[in-house]
Amino acid sequence: MNIDLSRRGFLRLAGAGVAATSLGAMGFGSAEAAEAAQVRAYKLATTTETRNTCPYCSVACGIIMYSRGDVKAGETAELMHIEGDADHPTNRGTLCPKGAALKDFVHAPTRLTHPRIRRAGSDQFEEISWDEALDKIARELKDDRDANFIATNDEGTPVNRWTTAGFLAASATTNETAWLTYKTVRSMGIVGFDNQARV
Amino acid sequence: MTNPWTDIKNTDLVIVMGGNAAEAHPCGFKWVTEAKAHRGAKLVVVDPRYTRTASVADYYAPIRPGSDIAFLMGAIRWCMENDKVQWDYVRDYTNASFLVREDFGWQDGLFSGYDEEKRDFDKESWDYQIGDDGFALTDPTLENPRCVWQMLKKHVDVYTPEFVENITGTPRDKFLDICGMIGECSAVDKTMTSMYALGWTQHSKGAQNIRGMAMLQLILGNIGVRGGGMNALRGHSNIQGLTDIGLMSNLIPGYLNIPTESEVDWQTYLSTRSFTPLRPGQTSYWQNYPTFMVSFLKAMWGDAATEENDWAFDYLPKLDVPAYDILRMFELMNNDRVNLYFCQGFNPLLSIPNREKVTTGLSKLKMLVVMDPLSTETSHFWQNHGAHNDVDTASIQTEVLELPTTCFAEDEGALVNSGRWLQWHWPGATPPGEAKHDTWIMAQIWTRVRELYRTEGGAFPDPIVNLSWDYADPGEPHPSELAREMNGRALSDVTDPATGAVIVQAGQQVSGFGQLRGDGSTMAGCWIYAGSWTEEGNMMARRDNSDPDDVGMYLNWAFAWPANRRVLYNRASADLQGQPWDATRPLVQWDGERWGGYDVPDIAPTANPSEVGPFIMNQEGVSRLFTRGMMRDGPFPTHMEPFESPMANVFNPRMRGNPVARIFESDVARLGGSDEFPFVATSYRLTEHFHYWTKHNPVNAALQPEFFVEISEELAAERGITKGGRVRVWGARGQVWAKAVVTKRIKPMTCDGKTVHVVGIPLHWGFMGAAKKGWGPNSLTPFVGDANTDTPEFKAFLVNIEPAAEEPVA
Ligand code: SF4
Repeated sequence: MNIDLSRRGFLRLAGAGVAATSLGAMGFGSAEAAEAAQVRAYKLATTTETRNTCPYCSVACGIIMYSRGDVKAGETAELMHIEGDADHPTNRGTLCPKGAALKDFVHAPTRLTHPRIRRAGSDQFEEISWDEALDKIARELKDDRDANFIATNDEGTPVNRWTTAGFLAASATTNETAWLTYKTVRSMGIVGFDNQARV
Repeated sequence: MTNPWTDIKNTDLVIVMGGNAAEAHPCGFKWVTEAKAHRGAKLVVVDPRYTRTASVADYYAPIRPGSDIAFLMGAIRWCMENDKVQWDYVRDYTNASFLVREDFGWQDGLFSGYDEEKRDFDKESWDYQIGDDGFALTDPTLENPRCVWQMLKKHVDVYTPEFVENITGTPRDKFLDICGMIGECSAVDKTMTSMYALGWTQHSKGAQNIRGMAMLQLILGNIGVRGGGMNALRGHSNIQGLTDIGLMSNLIPGYLNIPTESEVDWQTYLSTRSFTPLRPGQTSYWQNYPTFMVSFLKAMWGDAATEENDWAFDYLPKLDVPAYDILRMFELMNNDRVNLYFCQGFNPLLSIPNREKVTTGLSKLKMLVVMDPLSTETSHFWQNHGAHNDVDTASIQTEVLELPTTCFAEDEGALVNSGRWLQWHWPGATPPGEAKHDTWIMAQIWTRVRELYRTEGGAFPDPIVNLSWDYADPGEPHPSELAREMNGRALSDVTDPATGAVIVQAGQQVSGFGQLRGDGSTMAGCWIYAGSWTEEGNMMARRDNSDPDDVGMYLNWAFAWPANRRVLYNRASADLQGQPWDATRPLVQWDGERWGGYDVPDIAPTANPSEVGPFIMNQEGVSRLFTRGMMRDGPFPTHMEPFESPMANVFNPRMRGNPVARIFESDVARLGGSDEFPFVATSYRLTEHFHYWTKHNPVNAALQPEFFVEISEELAAERGITKGGRVRVWGARGQVWAKAVVTKRIKPMTCDGKTVHVVGIPLHWGFMGAAKKGWGPNSLTPFVGDANTDTPEFKAFLVNIEPAAEEPVA
């Protein structure tokens, strides 16, 4: 249960074992063995493999991501290749034209890398620090909620509703992001809350 | 989906209507190919366009966009008339025998109780006759004229093959051939599966399209069985999860509801949710509603939710309208009633109807916050891109914050596929630049707000300062902590009510929702996910692909809600004795004492099959051919025209669209008629693109670089449009320019003696990213949604088309 067993990783270990054995069996001396060790290894054999899911349609094909560097070990990791997970019951290793090009989605030239702000009336974005952006958002939320929160209706029933702020949640974020978003949005009384189920 | 993708191989007939799986869900569609190759299954496609799904079909028929209900009611009529009914299933597993109130009726396209002023029905009469014992009256002979079966027969009587042809444009012989293929699946050893997607939901009567097919499937005995079911393919990778977790105006995780103003307190709220059984001995599982609700409130507010304060019920907002859905929010924005708006991975400028209205709405905000991995059209709505986004930048006062988020490759957690599998995934790449996880961003914003309330006080701080926030790093809760919270755990020892023995110790994860309690001794963020992260660990991370006897269930691969069940209603795959209807396709069965089988049985393990009905969530114990007052637009589906249609409603020419769908006054004025806009348009996806994301990917942008519309050769000739020429398409709300794809894949249809031309409009272009700039269908579509769900009517609207001058070469 709960096995995060990397099939490819297993094959790689097995392969290394075979190589070592056959080198010995064929009588290579230590010099040859040292030279063999210098031969450039297959690119994918030096990568970390991670199981993930295609984020596009809800077939949810299993994928294997190959990266240089290991996120789990706290290293910086660069994604190099993505392929279908041959062990996945639904897609059995296949990917459609969307999933097959996923690596280039991750590296899309229009990926965002820095928080930015467009000020009122301006014709451009300018960079802003995370702290400044988050403080600003929190301040706006607090002030608008204090000004517009509806605690009770005309009959005196508590309604705890805040309608002047709204939140659109996504369609491809994880359940865990969704739950944290749910908690925070609901706790503030935001009712203009929606996701992408309809479009 | 009621059944998993891998179960489609078990079917005998696939009917694809309201979807195009070969192009929109390619790797899932392979299971159709599998069924065709290895079981000899047949594929039927009914679609306005001859899609790639149609190109591999055994039978294809065209249909006018927005007329599916007429087709489906016609098919039901045909099955009833030709004795293509799984009689045992209908008699024992549906409400066919239930007697309907005498004052219920239908005429002029409307059910009893219509109030034109309110655009609503008084649904009082849409109910069963209830006896003195509180149970519904039934007639197992199905002969009583007021029984659901006879009422249905009467309701569908008008949908003759001639009528269907006239409304839908589907040639009569094709319609009848398809009915014949469908009818064969009423045999116990034949099943049909329905695969649909947004081609059915994006209508002002979308929910009724789906009801129509669900009813047909029940009549054929195809729900709960291998190779059967109602399979909503779903559009996005985790839209199932976001809906499960209730990220909608009116929802609480696990399909519980946010209270309305009339539910003034906890007791009133619960009083309408008692769900007492309507027949003797039935399970009516929703009787546990209070248990799930209290466990949710404990997950939200922990020790601040006590029996004395009704579990902090008053911390929840109460609604004064059915929902503050996205259409209502943009209406409110246009009325200067919204100040702050957040878009988390959502690009409304291209996905919400009537783009002009979306732009004016966003322009009236004080602040817009966009969290996204990509630079979207929405975050640039204020930027002038010529004809592609013709705005007056300087006059737009909205402050926009664009926050970079991680994408799937850098993130950890679960996504729920359309078969309800919660599959955990792991990060394998470092986020680019300063991009951050959504969890970090939400926690950072929210802890700052909490700090402001702690130090400054303010409007009702209680639900904020008391929100349970028990994470190792309050600034970035870990996905594992959040997943465990949704699963739920015991807050004090949970005991077995029969024996008093402790079954879950305080602090331990519950292993299923049966262990949740309504006395405050348990918490669970999302009760249907109970069992996903137990004391044994993360069940969503399981990757054992064994599948005994190749049935297609894969019980040890990830986790499926509810209770790791792969086929919903699977109890109905067995007869009244608990034995499989089809011995060659067993799923679950009764051994005289217990239920067992290939799937997790959808019934109490020791429930006697001859006493307890298979549809345990329903108060009736059986499924519903007649839905009482549960849907706003009627207990049976009835044909309605789209809001923009080339035809008047044949039942009632005064009726426009769905008579109870909400439409704002300003949007009524923006509806167009067929005199000005004679052609029916419909939106769709291409294989090479996913929504507005893949145009940011140079590979996909190269595969399908440019916005186009598809028209028939006949329409091209009529309008003097050449293959590959540039055209202008316009409607009552806007205009777009595109390349014309002139194709044999679309053919004119004849409805009510009129020729109906269809214009196909794919949805993948905008003004950001790597592809050529273009437009989406939302520049043209009406601002109105389904009466039950408010899903916008993207699949049937009116346009006009003409040749346009070629674009000036820059
Ligand atoms: S690879 Fe294609 S079929 Fe598979 S999940 Fe991704 S988009 Fe869907």
